[in-house]
Amino acid sequence: MPVIEVQSLSKEYSGRQVLKDINFRVQNGEIFVLVGPNGAGKTTLLRILDLLEEPTKGRFLIDGAPVNYSARDRAALRRRIGMVFQQTVLFNMSVFDNVAYGLKVRGENGKSVEQKVRDALEVVQLAGFEHKNALALSGGEAQRVALAQAVVTEPELLLLDEPTANLDPRNVSIVEETLSRVNREGKTTMIMATHNMFQAENLAHRVAVLNEAMIEMIGTFQEIFGKPSRFLIDFARLENVFSGVSKVSPEGTSVIDVGEGLRIEATFQKVGNVTFYVPPEDIVLSTRQLVSSARNTFEGRIVQISDLGSVVKLRVRAGKEFIVQITKRSFNEMQLNVDSRVFLTFKASSVQTNLNFSQKEKTTST
Amino acid sequence: MINNTFLEEILNITLLSLRVSGTAVLIGALIGVPIGTILGLGRFRGKQFLMRFVDITLRSIVNTFMGLPPVVVGLVVYLLLTASGPLGPLGLLYTPTAMIITQLIMAVPIITGVTMSAVGSVERAIREKALSLGATDRQAAWMVLREARMGVLTAIIVAFGAAISEVGGIMITGGNIRWVTRTLTTAIVVETNLGNFDLAISLGVILLFMAFIINLVLTIIQLRGPRR
Repeated sequence: MPVIEVQSLSKEYSGRQVLKDINFRVQNGEIFVLVGPNGAGKTTLLRILDLLEEPTKGRFLIDGAPVNYSARDRAALRRRIGMVFQQTVLFNMSVFDNVAYGLKVRGENGKSVEQKVRDALEVVQLAGFEHKNALALSGGEAQRVALAQAVVTEPELLLLDEPTANLDPRNVSIVEETLSRVNREGKTTMIMATHNMFQAENLAHRVAVLNEAMIEMIGTFQEIFGKPSRFLIDFARLENVFSGVSKVSPEGTSVIDVGEGLRIEATFQKVGNVTFYVPPEDIVLSTRQLVSSARNTFEGRIVQISDLGSVVKLRVRAGKEFIVQITKRSFNEMQLNVDSRVFLTFKASSVQTNLNFSQKEKTTST
Repeated sequence: MINNTFLEEILNITLLSLRVSGTAVLIGALIGVPIGTILGLGRFRGKQFLMRFVDITLRSIVNTFMGLPPVVVGLVVYLLLTASGPLGPLGLLYTPTAMIITQLIMAVPIITGVTMSAVGSVERAIREKALSLGATDRQAAWMVLREARMGVLTAIIVAFGAAISEVGGIMITGGNIRWVTRTLTTAIVVETNLGNFDLAISLGVILLFMAFIINLVLTIIQLRGPRR
């Protein structure tokens, strides 16, 4: 039985269509991730699910019962739902009182509140912060308190609007760990909006791609990534996807000019326009130029670091932007940081064209 | 030189000033804070034309009345309370009650206006946050008011400062009767006119000192205010 069901939901703001005919079901205990660019309607959808806004058309059902947006008991319904906003908002009071607020408004008091708040702060790794003023916290700590505020009420449905935007890698991984744990232990259903494809890959049971007010596709991360639309490549920059003009070299490999002075060598033989993909885990990252059999070596600088727990994904600008995945241990040993100079090396055989792109791929073999 | 009666009179005058202005501001806060909160929350700002109209009208009235000239208030209250006026039978003219009413009329718009802007400046996100954590509309409004507490306190202190130093209104409605309705400000006016400068100066120093204390408290509160 689906716990959450959205049926042909639309939202208009003074004539502008923000959400158009949204339909999906989220199963009990599922993590459902909304991905899409800014302005796609993710935030509005979450606000409607949190009953902060009314849909213009359509229905939102919890356990088969349609939500009545004009009902007087909206507060009672909201008490089954938790929400973490993108912009961290905390009350000007102690961390303890902030986290306890959700319980207090539900009429809970005394020892049980104290225990629950302590547990929630422990989960977000902020034990001992109880008596600090919430406004004196760093951005990452504040967002973790916001997460604790929502988690402490043990919601049946947890809504998360880009909960890790603007956080550093350490805080991102604490938030992600908390979410997995809450989902695993509490069987909490989650709907999360994110920009971060790695996060979608790590956490999502299913992903919905939201673009220009509509859901373009729904499926598992693999289902969607096995068949990326041009939009998804653009948005997610399904990283390491490049297009260029390919020529066959005398050695029998292809050399593809992708612009920015970048020529990538591949083992396939194709001539003309080609779109291809280099798996992040196939790229070797080094701080010095390697002498190896690999045909492709580029120099670049790290522009972004995403900590995913045991592995770290790096965005490296080397003419084009590459995504490289390395272990946390290597990352620490190499003492990498944003703007570090690095070399990327990968074999010609790692360059793949066997992605089933729906559009744009006009590979010509002559 | 300084005898007991002199000190006793100064004490009487000071206490009456505090009692009249304090009572006016206390009642004014009970009226002004809730109205200011409702206006500040923008709960009238519905889609319907009537709601918008009510909201805009109330705001304009509050803003106009914040700068109400005390003598005009005094005049109006006088006309209401005078023996031949509509409230004449109550016999309130030239009593501390009449003075409290006068200052109350001036304090309510100040407290309402400052509370309104303090509540209005609390981010909408605070209310939504409270709601999303399961608060009822009333609990969420209370949280917004709590976040605006520095502004509300400022409203009350500003109103008290205005009331304690006001003279035109209470002079008319209180009548500046010795031992009965004579306050610091009205006494200074009279004693200066009579040439009793020693008394006038003493009262002036007390008034100045009270104004200083009010501003000291306000400054301390503002310095301790939230870092946002």
